[in-house]
Amino acid sequence: MIARLTANVSARSWALIAALLVALLAAPHFANDYLLTILILILYLAYTGQAWNIMMGFAGQLSLGHAIYVGLGAYTAAALYVHFGIGPWIGLLVAIPVAMACGAIIGFLAFRFGVAGVYFAILTIAFAEFARIGFDHISYTGGSGGFFLPVAQYTQNDLWNLRGRPIMFYYVILALTIAAFLFCHALLRSRIGYFWFAIREDEQAARALGIDTFRYKMAAVMISAGMTAVAGVFFAFYYNNLFPEQVFHISRSIELILAPIIGGIGTLFGPAIGAFVLTSLSETMTELLHAFGFDFPGAKQVFYGVCLLIVVVALPDGIWPWVKRRLRLERRA
Amino acid sequence: MSTLLHIDTISKRFRGLVAVDRVSCEVAQGEIFAVIGPNGAGKTTLFNMIAGALSPNEGAITFAGERIDALRPDEVCRRGIARTFQIVRPFPALTVEENVLVGALLRNSDVARATATAQDVLRRLDLFDKRTQVAKSLTLPDRKRLEVARALATSPRLLLLDEVMAGLRPTETDRMVAILRELNAAGLTILLIEHVMRAVMALANRVLVLHHGAPIALGKPADVTRDPAVVESYLGAEAL
Repeated sequence: MIARLTANVSARSWALIAALLVALLAAPHFANDYLLTILILILYLAYTGQAWNIMMGFAGQLSLGHAIYVGLGAYTAAALYVHFGIGPWIGLLVAIPVAMACGAIIGFLAFRFGVAGVYFAILTIAFAEFARIGFDHISYTGGSGGFFLPVAQYTQNDLWNLRGRPIMFYYVILALTIAAFLFCHALLRSRIGYFWFAIREDEQAARALGIDTFRYKMAAVMISAGMTAVAGVFFAFYYNNLFPEQVFHISRSIELILAPIIGGIGTLFGPAIGAFVLTSLSETMTELLHAFGFDFPGAKQVFYGVCLLIVVVALPDGIWPWVKRRLRLERRA
Repeated sequence: MSTLLHIDTISKRFRGLVAVDRVSCEVAQGEIFAVIGPNGAGKTTLFNMIAGALSPNEGAITFAGERIDALRPDEVCRRGIARTFQIVRPFPALTVEENVLVGALLRNSDVARATATAQDVLRRLDLFDKRTQVAKSLTLPDRKRLEVARALATSPRLLLLDEVMAGLRPTETDRMVAILRELNAAGLTILLIEHVMRAVMALANRVLVLHHGAPIALGKPADVTRDPAVVESYLGAEAL
């Protein structure tokens, strides 16, 4: 297994991966609190982007409603913690199946009745919107007034209950992102990965080769949903407050898909590099505009949008394929 | 010889149009069976019914003793019938080897072993040297052979070929004919739909001629091409 996962990786790539890993592990010791929150945000978007990428990048199914899985994960784990004192790690065991079940319902409705392409995307938006409005009326989880986890000034980190300082959250999300990366890497080198690619490229041809496309598309949705729910649990315990208007909002779903699109859809490093570029761009923009006195509302969004446009036009395959060529990391024939 | 595929009076109608009209035939284990006919004769409809892409309105299709006319395309493939598409449909962004690997993974979930199968098929189809190219960069003759290679990688008992010679130059046609002969010699049963008579004459053991959805002749290629009804409807009166 290990041998198969490490096959075809050049020494040059190993060196870069090792350097990156050391930098990521050491980063909190050189970063102030502000920088640390930025790094957490980058890793969070890299993780969720990786999860979304399984559906879109691997299996070719466009979801524009992934906020629903974040929200279900977040609310499930938060409710278990607040009402029953059950910690997040046990909460995961409930949150993941809840999100997977939701993914299964959406997938079944779409794939069984031939809802594909943009219509599938609209269906995913509809479910997320339904959840947003629905959770506004569930008083058990605070309704539209928000749902809050107890917060105190923590002197030490309680990893079991995810109560602590940003540095703990940094290492948790770093571990999750690395795990998601390795998981996706393994998926791509196994039968399911090749079948997903076949479905993404040409579903009819895939079926002619004996692939039960319904089953494999369902697998993609459910795996992606379950992984995204883990990010939701992290979200709940990191931010400590949940509002349906924010968590399930369509802008959250869009924010989540930008990193893999900018970084390179269907690639393993795309989501991470996209998250890094987008988040640092956005933060730098804030600082620069402030420094130059361009403080009128919306200025940041306009510049941010222009930058995205440039990336999309100049590198339509995403940043990662370009970086890969530049660093000469192409797999040797 | 035992019968591998048995088509029993199947018909397919698209609203008022009868595309396939009570066609029956048997394909024996180990033979090369060709279906010919003018454009719109119902060849591709017949083909799609065998492959599970369409289901017949009437009649039955039996493969290796089991009814297959109500199965989905992927189920038909798992029973041992692989097909190609008239308009080739490679997985464009995947490499040649990955394209064929997808087919090989059907029978073998281990990627390393399936890759070995895929490479074996690529050698037989003269595509081994191009295995690292992405499929969209291939020329048409190569894509046609890739289409056959991918179907072959699923280890079928019956290979359905939908106009694999179309668009090939004579030398490429001969190359494809040689490859198909070799596969057939190794025990593979082949059913092909073809317009290129040069290939049909060179390959087929028996030929079925369709016209307006109905069978008008069935027999050895040399006999069929002398049949007045076939000459009239398909080869053209001037061939007389």
